[in-house]
Amino acid sequence: MTTEITKPPVEDFATDWDHTDPTWVKDPYPIWDELRETCPVAHTNRYGGGWFPVTHELVSEIANDTDHYTSRTVVIGNGRPGDDAPPAPIGVVPPISSDPPFHQIARRIILPALAPRPVAALEPRVRELCKSLLEQVQDNEIVNGSSDYAQYIPANVVELLLGLPHEDEDLFRHFIHVALEGVDEPDPDKRIEMFTPLEEYITRVVEERMANPGDDLISYLLSVEVGGQKLAPEHIFGTVVLVLIAGIDTTWSAIGASLYHLATHPEDRQRLVDEPELIPTAVEEFLRFYAPVSMARLVKEDFDFHGCPMKKDDWILLGFPAANRDPKAFKDADKFIIDREVNRHLAFGLGIHRCAGSNLARLEMQVALEEFLLKFPNFELADESAVTWSQGQVRGPRNLPLRILK
Amino acid sequence: MKVSIDPDRCQGHGRCFSLAPGLFDSDDLGNGFAVGDGMVAAGDEELARLAQANCPEHAVLIEE
Repeated sequence: MTTEITKPPVEDFATDWDHTDPTWVKDPYPIWDELRETCPVAHTNRYGGGWFPVTHELVSEIANDTDHYTSRTVVIGNGRPGDDAPPAPIGVVPPISSDPPFHQIARRIILPALAPRPVAALEPRVRELCKSLLEQVQDNEIVNGSSDYAQYIPANVVELLLGLPHEDEDLFRHFIHVALEGVDEPDPDKRIEMFTPLEEYITRVVEERMANPGDDLISYLLSVEVGGQKLAPEHIFGTVVLVLIAGIDTTWSAIGASLYHLATHPEDRQRLVDEPELIPTAVEEFLRFYAPVSMARLVKEDFDFHGCPMKKDDWILLGFPAANRDPKAFKDADKFIIDREVNRHLAFGLGIHRCAGSNLARLEMQVALEEFLLKFPNFELADESAVTWSQGQVRGPRNLPLRILK
Repeated sequence: MKVSIDPDRCQGHGRCFSLAPGLFDSDDLGNGFAVGDGMVAAGDEELARLAQANCPEHAVLIEE
């Protein structure tokens, strides 16, 4: 559970933004709408100093500019990272933490495993998993869309990708559970502490896989050679950790937010029950409207960005979710349109760091929603006031009690 | 009508081959490419335009 860090509440998001402020966590959209009109690059002195671009145009510009910004740290910490931050171009969790030219090498290593064809081959197992999760709660009057369902889908899919031994399932789930609770932990030291058991477990699995290779992502990473050289152990470990942290709470949030929407919009829920072939189109609108992920960058050197005096090591919070609501980029941007045909959203980012797991995330969302609606075609929020949203750079419902209606 | 993908812009979002699988396909990295010579059969023009309108990187090119 989270510990309280006393921070003054934000009074002006244009000059003192904080993505962990309770007002932002509860409902960030009115804040972003106002900033877009009044101050499209907001500033804060919190976290050692940072900037928050809000428009589609500015977010695109920064996401595509690897000359002025580095990805060596993509999650905002409590202070300026300074010289303690992991060095470019590799970073701790390649390739998300890598800059060019190394970035392309690290990315090409993992992309084939996450390309459309190998991902499509996972569909039957994802479907089987969703069915089995739903069977466990099928007689419940109240089902928690987040903690009974959405959370377990990506956690189990990652387990599948990494080829973790079946007898470790409970252990892995426990470590993941503790690490994921740490996702919402505001104190970075505590967060690291909560992540440690999972790290130790992964180290053991990597060592075991070195001795006994299998048909899984870890064995593949161990076998890859770049320029005749095997990958450094810290590269392999970093990429496995990346799969864990980038592959779980993100998709968990996206599935949860979709269920939240369907629970609060009966006409959209009924439309998908009647026309399940519309689900892939709807998934794109869920991704646009409830985009869960914002990524961070660091300013490389002092630099003037459209009149904003950015300093070396200032944070940039890349507001992909805010860009997705920009009326200059989307018609009726503030309206959820379940059959929106033209949808150039940025939920998976833009440029060289496009989410490497986007094919997998889409598959999980699609199958999760298809199976949920088949099992429970009619449901509503059991208690609106009990719904809570995660704090930080990944936004999704963490408590989502749904009343199953006959 | 003829379609192509600008390989310098494409980042593998996968919208083109999901929306218009007859016109586009994906390579081993998940990046898109136009099928065959990229010529669009009569009646598929709207699909090509839909793929173009949904590419976040503006990587789908159409010659009319």
